[in-house]
Amino acid sequence: MNDATQAALEQRVAEEQRHHGMRPFFYVWGALLVLTGIEVYLGYQNMEPLRMLTILMGLSILKAALIIAYFMHMKFEASTMKWLTMCSLVFCLTMMVVFFPDAFRLLHLGAAAR
Amino acid sequence: MSEAVAHHQAVAGVYEPSLFGTYSKKIGMWLFLLSDSLTFGALLYAYSYGRISTPNWPTPFHSESIINATIMTAFLLTSSLTMVLAVNAAARGNASALRGWLIATMICGTGFIVLHGREWGNLIAEGLTLPVFPSVPGHEASAEFANVSKLVPMFPATFFGLTGMHMLHVTIGVIYLGVVALRKKFIPVLLVLWAIGYFTIPAYSPFHYGVHVLLIGAVVCSVILWLRPKVYDSADVEVAGLYWHFVDLVWMFIFPLVYLMSTKIL
Repeated sequence: MNDATQAALEQRVAEEQRHHGMRPFFYVWGALLVLTGIEVYLGYQNMEPLRMLTILMGLSILKAALIIAYFMHMKFEASTMKWLTMCSLVFCLTMMVVFFPDAFRLLHLGAAAR
Repeated sequence: MSEAVAHHQAVAGVYEPSLFGTYSKKIGMWLFLLSDSLTFGALLYAYSYGRISTPNWPTPFHSESIINATIMTAFLLTSSLTMVLAVNAAARGNASALRGWLIATMICGTGFIVLHGREWGNLIAEGLTLPVFPSVPGHEASAEFANVSKLVPMFPATFFGLTGMHMLHVTIGVIYLGVVALRKKFIPVLLVLWAIGYFTIPAYSPFHYGVHVLLIGAVVCSVILWLRPKVYDSADVEVAGLYWHFVDLVWMFIFPLVYLMSTKIL
């Protein structure tokens, strides 16, 4: 067996050993249910929409982070995998915000016409 | 370690360490999920764009819709936990526990689809509909929902577009897990479900045609299993799990943005 194969096998074994007990997954599941409950509770509070949106999106990003980190196992991946995937995802999604000024332009255009 | 080396002796020289510290199947699934997250990102941004640019955006969801969507969320979150347990069973080599947890995940996913389908049916009957959906005979649409469809057509368009795309992903996920759990034994199950759906769902429901996804799934899975018959290993289960958790993850944004931000508080 050559060195590359040996290194690949060691990497695979090391990856399998990154598995751990199941308890954190139950905690994460419980936390996700509680966060969902908080979101639903907030849905019934007559809150100003922008404030409500900010809180709900904050909670959703927290839930997404928990799912990616634990359920999708990203917390236990190699750092190159973590940084490459997460940075590219955040960058691409953030770029789409470029459309929002146009939505506000339409809103103000409608208000001016009225 | 020695077991792993012995297992791979026959193909020594083929493997090289990955730059990302993991196997190529998992990297491939992550790349697919990154692209799919942009699909959902675009849909969610389109929904938000419509909402910002439209004055008096409707907030038509009553308590029944919110309670229904909350139960659906609980189903999805629980299915993610059972999926984690399935991946764990696969890593331990416990085939019967693996199959059981995968089937539990599929049941939770199916529960989500059924509840969502019921929700769609109620909303369409009430008048929140798209021009392509036929009207429901013998049911009087409520003025409130009919007005929403008429005055802000972007609301039903983005609502049905987003949730329909997500429902399609959940359905594909259930089929994917079914194939991993039961392999070719799952094909007749799919065909029976398709036949039941097609012959029992009334023709005015969009699901009368939507159920053909199961038929297409059965054909595609048959071809895959015929071309590449195999026993799925723990890596395959983990990769299937990544897809399933992603579907759960997307719902964590759809639920607050589409439902909770459109709650009618009485």
